[in-house]
Amino acid sequence: MTTSMIFFILLAILAIASAVAMIASRSAIYSALFLVLNFLAVAVIYLMLGAPFVSLAQITVYAGAIMILFIFVIMLLGTKKLDSEEPLKWQRPLAIILSAALVIEGAYVLVTRIGSHALATAATSELADPKTLGMVLFQKYALPFEIVSVILLVAAIGAVVLSRHDSKPGGN
Amino acid sequence: MYPLIFPLALAGILFSIGVVGFLIRKNAIIVFMSLELMFNAANLVFITFANYFQNVNGQVIVIFIMTTAAAEVAVGLALIVSIFRSRHSISVDDLNKLKG
Repeated sequence: MTTSMIFFILLAILAIASAVAMIASRSAIYSALFLVLNFLAVAVIYLMLGAPFVSLAQITVYAGAIMILFIFVIMLLGTKKLDSEEPLKWQRPLAIILSAALVIEGAYVLVTRIGSHALATAATSELADPKTLGMVLFQKYALPFEIVSVILLVAAIGAVVLSRHDSKPGGN
Repeated sequence: MYPLIFPLALAGILFSIGVVGFLIRKNAIIVFMSLELMFNAANLVFITFANYFQNVNGQVIVIFIMTTAAAEVAVGLALIVSIFRSRHSISVDDLNKLKG
């Protein structure tokens, strides 16, 4: 039981606990804050796995920008609690059975394939270097990079079009 | 050092929690957050294998996933706001009509 193993287990417990709290919390704003905690815990795990650039991008993009967007929308729509009456009675038990099946399936795969005992290696300075990442991103993945920028542009335009108020009846 | 099966197990558990939240919650915003949790679990698998193969390609893919997730959240939340405006509710159970 090395120090990094103990540290990893603590982070994993934090991530799982905050994820469970996120789906169990009754208030949407608490859910958002628990999700931020989960993202931060996972970002530290990225750091341990030798991906410092992705770790900090996770903190700024996910825990920062995306969650701010979520919290804005929660505040815009209000934190009214939803009534708990269920129009379809069989829906919730079926959902729980399906997710339990997924958990059991995943656990089975993990237990039967546990034969490989590859250890996490300390990040080499080449792998952890943002320069390596940038070289690969702008040379090998230059075309996907441009396509992703177009996706972002389309999403920004789409968000503006969708949330535009139009008083004219029949128009969109 | 810890075995690489640990991060993979953590990713599986986080993904399963995301699926549970996606299926049992009715608030559309929390359904979206569960989706983000599942994205996050997939990213963790990519980072783990980038470490295993000592190859930076996995990290590049994670950056693409993050960008796509950001675009998806922008459009999705705009849709939720627009639905709230016409239905005055964000419960996914109320979205049972295609028009009106």
